Amino acid sequence: MIDALIQGTLLGGYYAVLAAGLSLMFGVMRIINLAHGDLAMAGAFGVLWLVGLGWSPWLAVLVTVPAMGAVGLLLQRWVLARTLRSGVLLPLLVTMGLGALIQNGLYGVFGSEARSLADALGELSWASWTLPGDIVVGQLPVLTLALGVAVLAGLQLLLNRTRLGRSIRAASSDPEAAALCGVDAAGVHRAAAAISVALAALAGAMLATRATIEPYGGPLLLIMAFEAVVIGGIGSLWGTLLGGILLGLAQSFGALVSPQGFQLGGHGLFLAVLGGRLWSQYRHGLGLSVWPVPRPRAPARPAAAPVVEVQP
Amino acid sequence: MNQNNAYPVLLEARHLSASHGQLVAVREVSLQLKAGEVVALVGSNGAGKTTLMRTLAGVHPASGGSVQLTGADVTALPAHRRVQQGLALVPEGRRLFADMTVRENLLLAQEHRGERRDGPPAWTIARVVQALPALAPLMNRPAGALSGGQRQAAAIARALMTNPRVLLIDEVSLGLSPRAVDEVYAHLAELRLQAGTTLLLVEQDLGRAMAFADRVLCLREGRIVLAAPAAGLDRQTVTDAYFGMEHAA
Repeated sequence: MIDALIQGTLLGGYYAVLAAGLSLMFGVMRIINLAHGDLAMAGAFGVLWLVGLGWSPWLAVLVTVPAMGAVGLLLQRWVLARTLRSGVLLPLLVTMGLGALIQNGLYGVFGSEARSLADALGELSWASWTLPGDIVVGQLPVLTLALGVAVLAGLQLLLNRTRLGRSIRAASSDPEAAALCGVDAAGVHRAAAAISVALAALAGAMLATRATIEPYGGPLLLIMAFEAVVIGGIGSLWGTLLGGILLGLAQSFGALVSPQGFQLGGHGLFLAVLGGRLWSQYRHGLGLSVWPVPRPRAPARPAAAPVVEVQP
Repeated sequence: MNQNNAYPVLLEARHLSASHGQLVAVREVSLQLKAGEVVALVGSNGAGKTTLMRTLAGVHPASGGSVQLTGADVTALPAHRRVQQGLALVPEGRRLFADMTVRENLLLAQEHRGERRDGPPAWTIARVVQALPALAPLMNRPAGALSGGQRQAAAIARALMTNPRVLLIDEVSLGLSPRAVDEVYAHLAELRLQAGTTLLLVEQDLGRAMAFADRVLCLREGRIVLAAPAAGLDRQTVTDAYFGMEHAA
């Protein structure tokens, strides 16, 4: 029981990093990126590829994460920004297609074999500490949680203390008002997409250190990210961490019941929280929306009267 | 229109038109604002005042005509580029970022303004607080917690932080108590006195508009139907233009 509690909590850092990217892209651009899990998988395979060339896993992560950030920037610049002009459906379809493209691309290059970074990490992948009461805690899961917390803290600092962070907050809150302050919303969107995809790649690398990855595993990661965001609540980084930890706990306790219970426990908690949220919104007359409804903008008022020619 | 050739034209609209779908809200409006001038734009609801202001600022697309800022055509520029060139709008509803502090709202504008070598010294937070002293105790307060008058003052301060050559303020007194309106106009008078800021104001209160502005423009059904110096203008003339009486100017 205590072991499940510890393992579930330690999983939270990985889920939080995975979910923060999805949440950021939705919060700033209102895009639900259905390729998020596949981008995480692409990042993980990128790290594996570099490790296969003889690189240190840490150096491979340090290179892959910013490289995937650049991919996110280009993706936003050349693909997603164009889809945003055509309503909410097109970004969904395009990111779904992008996900399929990444899955098949990874399959074409790396094959269907499941892979892991565990071998490359050597002793760290099985090293552990033994706490009083003979409780064994893996060093790698602790490191993953610490890295997740550090990443979220860094993201919080970026959003609160930097020019880019203020721009992101402004553009996600009211893009038109941000433009009236001189903020280039398109530039902010590119930066947010870069951060989002970089976070996905980091999460993918975190996953590859502790489990196996395979080219078609992206959709499952997307579901996990989506569940952590919904459980923790969108718009709060630390809420995302809490959501990740609760998801990890539900999975760990589910695994105590049966091997299939790992996934079922997480899905069960997600459905319970989602149901509770929808019921609460329904009770308060806010409709049945999973995601928070964006604040309505002040409408421009059209001329009311028919135009009559007037000579000044 | 009042043509005071002693001052250069900062903002000019030439035959500017704007629509909401099939509905034409602004019809071939031409206007000029000279440096240091204060112009009030009046008109009934639906006359096209807000659409005109938004079109000048670049947040609503023009369907015809042009906008010139200090002689340069900015019609094709997006709103953020116009801001960087010195055209700021305080929009209707203020549109402050509620979860940011007042200081963060001001910093955001300061960080994204364009660099200019000409003109008056750049606005700093200290200078803005000097011009709008009511903001001094509010700097670390979330903008969402401000009263109506405080929000208007903060929105004006945020626009000033972009170093505007021309400041457009939509619905100066809308939704404010008479006392808050007095405060806002006191702030604007201070700005005018200290910085000589060029202003185009949308104001529903004819008395205020005529008392404060150098010139009054009356918009009706998307067209300017009256343009006259405020000094010596009688209220009946403006009211007639406002409602489309036959002897309007």
